[in-house]
Amino acid sequence: MKILTAPRMERCIGCHSCSLACARLVHKMLSWDMAGIRIASSGGLSTGFEARTCLACLPAPCAAACPTGAYAQRKGGGVIVRKNLCIRCGKCADACPVDAVFLAPDGEPFVCIHCGRCVVYCPHDCLELTDVGTEGAEESNARESAS
Amino acid sequence: MTGETREQFKVLVVDLPAGRGAITSLEGRDSLAGGSGLTAMLFDRYGLPDRPWDDPEQPLIFAIGPLTGYFPLMSKTVCAFKSPYHDQYAESHAGGRSALSLRFAGFDALVIRGKALAPSCLSVGSRHLELKDVHFLWGMDLLRTGKMLRRMYEGSGHRSILRIGPAGENGSAMACINVDTYRHFGRLGCGAVMGAKNLKGIVILGDGSSPLPEGKAYPKLFTEVYRKMTDTDMMEKYHNFGTPINMAILNGISALPIRNLQKTSDPGIEGITGETFARDTLLRNAACAGCPVGCVHLGFVRERFMEENRYLYRQVSYDHEPIFAAGAMLHVTNAFSVLTLLDTVEREGLDIMSAGVALAWATEALEKGIVTTRETIVPLKFGDETAYREGFHHLGAASNDFYRLLAQGTMKAAEHYGGADFACVLGQEMAGYATGEVFFVSQALGLRHSHLDAGGYSYDQKDKEPDVDGAVRFLVQDEQARVLLTSMVSCLFARGVYGDQVLSDCLRSLGYLNLADGLGDVSRNVRKLRWRTRLRTGFDPRTVSIPKRFLEVETWRGRIDSAYLNALKDAYAGAILALGEEDA
Ligand code: SF4
Ligand code: SF4
Ligand code: SF4
Repeated sequence: MKILTAPRMERCIGCHSCSLACARLVHKMLSWDMAGIRIASSGGLSTGFEARTCLACLPAPCAAACPTGAYAQRKGGGVIVRKNLCIRCGKCADACPVDAVFLAPDGEPFVCIHCGRCVVYCPHDCLELTDVGTEGAEESNARESAS
Repeated sequence: MTGETREQFKVLVVDLPAGRGAITSLEGRDSLAGGSGLTAMLFDRYGLPDRPWDDPEQPLIFAIGPLTGYFPLMSKTVCAFKSPYHDQYAESHAGGRSALSLRFAGFDALVIRGKALAPSCLSVGSRHLELKDVHFLWGMDLLRTGKMLRRMYEGSGHRSILRIGPAGENGSAMACINVDTYRHFGRLGCGAVMGAKNLKGIVILGDGSSPLPEGKAYPKLFTEVYRKMTDTDMMEKYHNFGTPINMAILNGISALPIRNLQKTSDPGIEGITGETFARDTLLRNAACAGCPVGCVHLGFVRERFMEENRYLYRQVSYDHEPIFAAGAMLHVTNAFSVLTLLDTVEREGLDIMSAGVALAWATEALEKGIVTTRETIVPLKFGDETAYREGFHHLGAASNDFYRLLAQGTMKAAEHYGGADFACVLGQEMAGYATGEVFFVSQALGLRHSHLDAGGYSYDQKDKEPDVDGAVRFLVQDEQARVLLTSMVSCLFARGVYGDQVLSDCLRSLGYLNLADGLGDVSRNVRKLRWRTRLRTGFDPRTVSIPKRFLEVETWRGRIDSAYLNALKDAYAGAILALGEEDA
């Protein structure tokens, strides 16, 4: 089981190539928000950047909170997304402890599905698709957190 | 993507006194593309050629292009206004997050009219328009203003914060608009236009989204263009040392303006080359949003503020032009001193090129006894960092009559006090290239009075025999190629990648079929419209003069050929008039 990690964010130049790639390739949108990874300055540009993305929690609070099963637990952490089941109640976003689920103005939730398509677009190799086996959770402390 | 919406420009026109805005849809996409073409069209519509730059009704215009956000390095915004420097139509370009923020806010352009009733900050987004009273920020330096605005508005990372410093509030013709801390709409005084509108800041929230074309063609083309930007060595120059690589190169061929252009080469430049900056001062790199190249180089200044080894530090962005203006031109040859001066100029909200060249002139004027320390307040001296720190502060604050006049342009001060012969002004304070006749004429007459109007600096370096017709032909053609890019609005560093064919393919992949087929006409239209707009606001290229100092310059090719320079100037002036006078 692979998950997206952001272990080298100190190198980030704030180009947004990763989030634009996710929006373009996964969601077919031109957007800063409709993406599984979002880049923010960590307190003004002089302090560098942070990536907001799914930490692949196991168990995932968003999946537990989802009343329709649109967000379901993914083996090894994170969620499987079934958009056709989603009623746009926003409970997943509320439940996410690290604000990784973006709610579009119409209520549609966006979260990282750990596909790795963004990784190759990062010019500074900040991101990585990491194999976590199926246990996953034990390793989560070793992973660079999203902030 | 359907045809109708694509072909129209969506423009947000804000009425500051009312604190309201209106969306206007305008035709013209197929003939003008966007960016430079769009701003000229909007100035035609909203500008008042016969009224002064600070008339509250003059528009302040920001525009992006059809490919902004959709392709890499389409990362710039064009700002257009009537300039306090010469009271004529002007353009300045900047990146940061401004372009993508405008794209995601959903507008091709933002037009700001009128004067706010109190010092204010305007914020716009895809579902948002608000004018906030920020009188408490008036008078605050530019960096602190940025910090306050950052705290006052939401959307970190997905927004752009534009702001001015004291220079903009004072009506300085050298006032810049800072974009997201490290980028600037620098030239020709647009900061003062914001100040005259009682506008301390503009926040653009990039909070909207739009669907992409169906199918594989667009993402495939994106990846091809992206790979060219990142995998080939095409962008190595900007990525590695950045533009400061030019310092040593120009110094090596005796083409770097030093000590108010009294020299063009000096061994001391070793202390401020791109290589020195990278080795000793470079902290990290940054990028404009949508640009994987990341040419922004951030150095640091470190300051001891207490005896007991107490230090503070700040990050400062550097480039060739700032290093030339705060370093070579003032003969400050220590990299950290240059960064300290850049930091000082930044706080005031001044354009560094204009400010540096202005103080270089003031220093020589003081040496020659044309002015005294009664005027300059501090004893400005080449190489003296401390004196220049104070000097820049006085220039930003317009501390006395001398600095107030100097802030209106070096030539304005020279006309009053004398010393016009050695004022390094080519339309505005010169850029950091003393390559020869073609560049001097190109900057003096070019629409932006910028080294980027056309590649005159590179034409000079090709070591050709004087050829008036050939050089004019080159300037006219090169300008046309560049206005196509500034209508898209691509970073000009990407000009090696964005040839006509690639641009046309990109446009086609997004459904801009007519535009993709008509690029030749578009670039001609835009060039013509820009010149017409400029001439209409009073520009007469025949009256532009090139100060004596430029004729005294010695480059690797020897002394400037003044007969060639004058012939070139007259011929280029004629060409510009012809371009602007054709029927549009
Ligand atoms: S918004 Fe959709 S995915 Fe999120 S909790 Fe509600 S139903 Fe589940
Ligand atoms: S791993 Fe896939 S879903 Fe997650 S941010 Fe990257 S591209 Fe988007
Ligand atoms: S692609 Fe890499 S460098 Fe660019 S914003 Fe994303 S993490 Fe940062």
